[in-house]
Amino acid sequence: MRRLVLVVLLAFAGLLLYGIGHLPERGAPDAPVNTAESVVGSPNAATYYIENAYQDAETPNMVTVTLADYRGFDTLGETTVIFAAGIACALILRGSRE
Amino acid sequence: MREYYDDRIVALSARLVTPFIQLFALYVVFHGHYSPGGGFQGGAMLAASFLLIRLSIGTEAAQLQFRRTWGTPGSSIGTLVFLGTGLVVVFFGFNFLDYAGLPLGLPEPELRNLGILAVEIGVAVAVAATLTAIYDDLVGERPAAHHAGVEQATDLEEADQVEGPAWHEPAPEAGDG
Repeated sequence: MRRLVLVVLLAFAGLLLYGIGHLPERGAPDAPVNTAESVVGSPNAATYYIENAYQDAETPNMVTVTLADYRGFDTLGETTVIFAAGIACALILRGSRE
Repeated sequence: MREYYDDRIVALSARLVTPFIQLFALYVVFHGHYSPGGGFQGGAMLAASFLLIRLSIGTEAAQLQFRRTWGTPGSSIGTLVFLGTGLVVVFFGFNFLDYAGLPLGLPEPELRNLGILAVEIGVAVAVAATLTAIYDDLVGERPAAHHAGVEQATDLEEADQVEGPAWHEPAPEAGDG
């Protein structure tokens, strides 16, 4: 059983490495992710972020703009997850010591 | 369980390093607009500085720096700062989390800039307080503090904890050096 798992994992690793070899170059302008259009014909979201991040928020770091502004709802969810983790720890651990 | 390693060198170096960690954490939070970083990273570093003091001189002494009772309110306040920044603009007719609606009378890009900063500060406060609170919950309060003069320990294990040696006493083999 253990040997079988090892073989399967190695095969999967080989498949992944084979796939990596065929990826487009990092940041290539003609890669599908940078040339694709949405179904309504507008450029995809990543292109919009790269072109407009500085004009929209006057912030040179476009990662910050994407994280906190364009995808602010997602970051709010992440913060809520952290908050929920803290509350869960408080409820479980503090109660058990009384 | 020994809560911390009672050693002068450890305590002194932790005391020396902590202000720099905190300063760098604030730099990471507030410079997130221009360099890699932001609320999560800065908050984690702030929590690391609190935990370093807790680990080096003990949770009881570290109460002077960051109280145990501040953890849960801190994480709530941080999350509410984020949520409030998103909700304020709704009352001015903008979409949720659209910082262009902040009522400050600045051009739209600067408002977004400030909105991002407010959100990052909220995230940093929430992360720092939550990580510290989780550590405090895992360690728990000092057992003797629970029983000090309030109730007679009847259970054998509880009696052990009350009558036993001080909590933070170093192990004998590590004592002299």
